[in-house]
Amino acid sequence: MKTQSHAQAAAEFIKDDARTHWHDETLWHVRQKRDLSAQGIPEWETLRDTASATKDYVLSHLGELLEQFETNALANGIEVLWAKDAQEHNEHVYRILQENKVSNIVKSKSILTEECGLNHYLEDKGYDVVDTDLGERIIQFAKQAPSHIVLPAIHLKKQDIGEIFHEHIGTEKGASDPKYLTEAARQHLRKKFVEANAAITGVNFGIAETGGFVVCTNEGNADMGTHLADIHIACMGIEKLIPRATDLGVFLRLLARSATGQSITNYSSHFHKPAPGKKLYIILVDNGRTEQLGREDFKNSLKCIRCGACMNTCPIYRRSGGYSYNSTVPGPIGSILSPGKDLKKYSTLPFASTLCGSCSDVCPVKINIHEQLYKWRQVITENTDVDASKKLAMKVAGYTFGKPVLYDLAGKMARTALKITPDSLVYSSLNVWGKHRDLPDVPKESFKEWYQKNRKS
Amino acid sequence: MRVGLFIPCYVDQFYPGVAKATLELLEKHGVEVDYPLSQTCCGQPMANSGYERYGKASSELFMKNFGGFDYIVAPSGSCTLHVKDHVLPKEENAPKIYELCEFLTDVLRVNNIASTFPHKVGFHSSCHGLRGLRLAKCSERMDPEFNKPLSLLKQVKDIEMIELDRKDECCGFGGTFAVAEEAVSITMGNDRLADHTKNGVEVLTGADMSCLMHLQGLIKRQNSPIKVMHIAEILNGNPVE
Repeated sequence: MKTQSHAQAAAEFIKDDARTHWHDETLWHVRQKRDLSAQGIPEWETLRDTASATKDYVLSHLGELLEQFETNALANGIEVLWAKDAQEHNEHVYRILQENKVSNIVKSKSILTEECGLNHYLEDKGYDVVDTDLGERIIQFAKQAPSHIVLPAIHLKKQDIGEIFHEHIGTEKGASDPKYLTEAARQHLRKKFVEANAAITGVNFGIAETGGFVVCTNEGNADMGTHLADIHIACMGIEKLIPRATDLGVFLRLLARSATGQSITNYSSHFHKPAPGKKLYIILVDNGRTEQLGREDFKNSLKCIRCGACMNTCPIYRRSGGYSYNSTVPGPIGSILSPGKDLKKYSTLPFASTLCGSCSDVCPVKINIHEQLYKWRQVITENTDVDASKKLAMKVAGYTFGKPVLYDLAGKMARTALKITPDSLVYSSLNVWGKHRDLPDVPKESFKEWYQKNRKS
Repeated sequence: MRVGLFIPCYVDQFYPGVAKATLELLEKHGVEVDYPLSQTCCGQPMANSGYERYGKASSELFMKNFGGFDYIVAPSGSCTLHVKDHVLPKEENAPKIYELCEFLTDVLRVNNIASTFPHKVGFHSSCHGLRGLRLAKCSERMDPEFNKPLSLLKQVKDIEMIELDRKDECCGFGGTFAVAEEAVSITMGNDRLADHTKNGVEVLTGADMSCLMHLQGLIKRQNSPIKVMHIAEILNGNPVE
């Protein structure tokens, strides 16, 4: 079965014009909040440079930093586990749950567990995994995936959420007051927190020097879960390391501002060792990361701190929605991470961009996203059987542009053809340009022809 | 100073008036311009579509035509960026390519644009010029404000520059993106136009004819009264057609 292209999925999304513009405005609002917040930091660009350089160091010393992290974490009493892929990660989690006879699980937001398909895996084993981030809980009820890595339910309006809550937690039909709905979710989740024996969290920053890690949330739900439950399982992609505790300030200042325009996330919680009588596990997950690290042109994508700023700024993401990317990490950053995992499945993503470069300039760790999109395009046309007609057109164009006489002739023919062809043919359904746009008026001569007549005689 | 004029293929074929304005403008400011007759295309359409390899003949031809100049000037940010990043060798004595506006501000240091343009003008800040060539500070970065094309337009007499709500958002052209991702491209273009319309723009201008071609196509289809002109035409003193 042919995978649906980004363009097709986007066209579907855009059919609902009002929702498309609402989506665009909502994310643009977040982008504006980010701008305002970043403007308050005179050293913003220095922070970005510093963060980028720190991550450069991490990527070039990943092996030794991971070992350092493991040594220090073990010394703190944290159990460290390694997973080469999603399957191993999920098996580790399952085994820990079994060994500790866990019956109730709460989980705070983690794109890594999403990437590994942990919820589905555990549900198949009979567990009820309760996502405790409000947005995550909403889409969990709706049986949807996150459409954005920071704002997982951003595609839903408050009326949609009212419907979902009415169905799942019995709020009044038609209620859409955010305060009322949030309070209902709070009561519902409180019960789940109290019952939980295990809390699963993601990791925003692992600190090699201390063997500790930091989890950032706005709702305090990671803390509620981990403080109440006896077992804490933290799931961390191996690229989430930073070398020293003193590096943290740079990243915390950048993360929240880039993500939502806040000066800091409401909760930036530090975990160093299990509380007395409790257990703390950390699973270090590769799942394709070392492979990406080995790709010189694309390894910078691993600097990503998952702030989502590139999605909020991307004019294509804003107008096509997260699901059009059909990938755990959508938007610009996803479009350079995903092809590394499955070139064929994600072959249209690097083309879902005008290479406008806004993603690269908004990125707090200065990932050259648009340049990597360009590079993936070259790899994709070489290695997959994308659009054969486009390939031929490009080959013919390339050949023509290499020969001045042929170019001049082709230009003249095209202009003549456009002049004499009836509009009904020019603007037929075969001409995608012309469905919604007029073609330029055809001039009587090219500049070159004019120049030869008027300047070279 | 040996200056070669590079006129991108689609400007040559569809917008000869823009090329003429560019030539005249440079000459007005004392530049002796040479226009190599064997030029075609810089190879960007192929490269951005993922077929950089099919653009090789274009690149070689480009170097044959322009390799001997000190400066190459082009009225197009995106073609200039492509040439800069992917065509010109990274050598000390290789020619330097400039987009028209930056050549006027950075090399010629023009401060006497003598034209008059009594209209409300909206500037479309094309992405490759903005974030690729850094013709202006983009809203994402927290650097000091600067804007090369605008600094030139502000020298034009009686011109009224219009502030847009989203001053540097992409128009959705993106080369083959305009066709491959038609739905998003059209939506983006219409959104850009709506911003200009809402703010009372009479003439929409920019430094990249490709973005303007896309926007003009939408304007004409909608029967909008907004006129489209390349910045070279305004700076050269051309009237609104």
